[in-house]
Amino acid sequence: MTNTLHSNTIHSNNKQATTLYEKLWQRHLVEDIDGETPLLYVDRHLIHEVTSPQAFANLKFHNRPIRHPERTIATMDHNISTRSIKIDAAGEGAANQLRTLEKNCKEFGIELFGMGHKNQGIVHVIGPELGLTLPGTIIVCGDSHTATHGAFGALAFGIGTSEVEHVFATQTLRQTKAKTMKIEVKGQVGMGISAKDIILAIIGKTGSAGATGYVVEYCGEAIEALTMEERMTVCNMSIEFGAKAGLIAPDETTISYVEGKEYAPEGELWQQAVADWKTLKTDDDAVFDTVLTLEAKDIKAQVTWGTTPGQVTSVDSTVPSPDDFNNAVEKDSCAKALKYMDLTAGMKITDIEINKVFIGSCTNSRIEDLRAAAAVAKGKHVSTHVDAIVVPGSYHVKEQAEAEGLSQIFIDAGFEWRLPGCSMCLGMNDDVLTEGDRCASTSNRNFEGRQGRGSRTHLVSPEMAAAAAIAGHFVDINAST
Amino acid sequence: MEKFSQHKGLVVPLDAANVDTDQIIPKQFLQKTERVGFGQHLFHDWRYLDAAGKQDNPEFILNAPQYQGASILLTRQNFGCGSSREHAPWALQEYGFKVIIAPSFADIFYSNCINIGLLPVKLAKDEIEQLFNLTASENIQLTIDLANNKVIAADNTFTFSLDRFHQYCLEQGIDSIGWTLNKLDKIKDFEAAIPAWQ
Ligand code: SF4
Repeated sequence: MTNTLHSNTIHSNNKQATTLYEKLWQRHLVEDIDGETPLLYVDRHLIHEVTSPQAFANLKFHNRPIRHPERTIATMDHNISTRSIKIDAAGEGAANQLRTLEKNCKEFGIELFGMGHKNQGIVHVIGPELGLTLPGTIIVCGDSHTATHGAFGALAFGIGTSEVEHVFATQTLRQTKAKTMKIEVKGQVGMGISAKDIILAIIGKTGSAGATGYVVEYCGEAIEALTMEERMTVCNMSIEFGAKAGLIAPDETTISYVEGKEYAPEGELWQQAVADWKTLKTDDDAVFDTVLTLEAKDIKAQVTWGTTPGQVTSVDSTVPSPDDFNNAVEKDSCAKALKYMDLTAGMKITDIEINKVFIGSCTNSRIEDLRAAAAVAKGKHVSTHVDAIVVPGSYHVKEQAEAEGLSQIFIDAGFEWRLPGCSMCLGMNDDVLTEGDRCASTSNRNFEGRQGRGSRTHLVSPEMAAAAAIAGHFVDINAST
Repeated sequence: MEKFSQHKGLVVPLDAANVDTDQIIPKQFLQKTERVGFGQHLFHDWRYLDAAGKQDNPEFILNAPQYQGASILLTRQNFGCGSSREHAPWALQEYGFKVIIAPSFADIFYSNCINIGLLPVKLAKDEIEQLFNLTASENIQLTIDLANNKVIAADNTFTFSLDRFHQYCLEQGIDSIGWTLNKLDKIKDFEAAIPAWQ
């Protein structure tokens, strides 16, 4: 399925012409010497309870301070309860991790948005909404969906716990330079096609590892037309086709989104920042290692049928068969996925019945996502055999949704309205599916067991999830009736 | 980090592509605050028939009697995709793996392995195929010679490439943070030039 990719072998004569990624790389390079992996400066470090404790523990063991605690921000999101703001509400193991985070943040002077704090929420939702995510910066977090922040033209990527510790101690990271890929989405998407559909369609084209070793820049008319929240949805799933990071060049949409946010620069500093951000784009004659082009008008509403995000198709089609693939590994992956998902090749996607719906996660839990889902749910009712939950991405999103009456629309339609957190995206708390459950989920991973052992996940947009909740099966929401 | 020079051990073939870190170590085991205690939960949902992990799944390759004590994992493309959790390489290492051989790895997983001294070896697809074929008929021991970047399987020798600095870090078992802290002057110079808004 990678035949639409082509590699560029010609190199630009103009040495000055660089891509956005190269510009971001260059301006953060602390040292690049022969025989060592280049050292990059990290502007912002985001942490949460699950991937930080061992980094703090090692730091203490070596008696090392945190170089710039003010460049780190902590939140609680992964294993908190979505029914109560009490730290103990999600069990002993979770509570221990949350208390450890509290203790560590206090000891090292790190700002923490803990339970009940007005800024608490999913790490990749709060960074942007608080103005902590700024164009032109490097942002890292012990979480693979850090790619979300690339929507601002920031170089943002997930790291492991040893690297979290490295950033704590040095405010830098060692990184091998990635290759560059341009993904251009030409023209305009059809009515009712969401950012989630765009990114799922891209992943469907590249396959699950199509961008391994690359930093991807999304561009083209369809990308430029997206709001910041939609751009975040696109960049969020860059990791799902292997990309190190996803980028969208900052423009007026970006600048007006950031302006006035709680942690955004102000006054003179704001002017300086904006002047700089306007220079952040790929030069016209810069050359990418690989280019992929899609026509926006061809993108339809997407549903995953398998156990990797690349196993995706449009809602108006059918479940594929292993025979549809031409290499042995993909055939085998398809057969295994169909078995795990309990689906039959050739069946219509719209005939797949679901019994659970999850609207949330760092991919689709922002206010625009909730508005889109609420518009579908308004005045309808969740099917009698479906349990559906809506989990806002942050306290700010929750308050906004309540002020706009969206929460009431969901409640009236039979959805549960929960407190912010990662929730059923990975089910580290009690929001888990049980064996055999089949879920329409707005999250980003349909891996085996991701939402609960033996459970089955279909990734879709918020609109599609809401429509599935009401019908009890997938629905082509854009089909003309 | 322990130094890595040469390793000889039994190889177990895990014939699956796109093995994600959720499979390697499922989320229910991520609530620890220590680096240990993950090995017993490695590949939990595949390895055990029950959620409690009491009943071995006899069909899962790691449970086959002939592969007990394996220290080299042979697998397919895009190994370690998904979540950045370093708990995945911790679990593999604690189980007893010293080397993972695959045609490709996910980027974050690859870095995480290097950082803890678990050697990720990339070989060409046809070489991986040869190794799968070899392991199909008999249990084989492989020798991984890091200094010469070779994988030796009886009559076959395969060469792999590794970033020079990664190789150095693995061979010397260096403390990478200590290494970077020696460059504090460079970091300070860089910091002096950062624009105030940033
Ligand atoms: S919502 Fe899901 S993908 Fe996003 S940070 Fe939380 S667990 Fe990770």
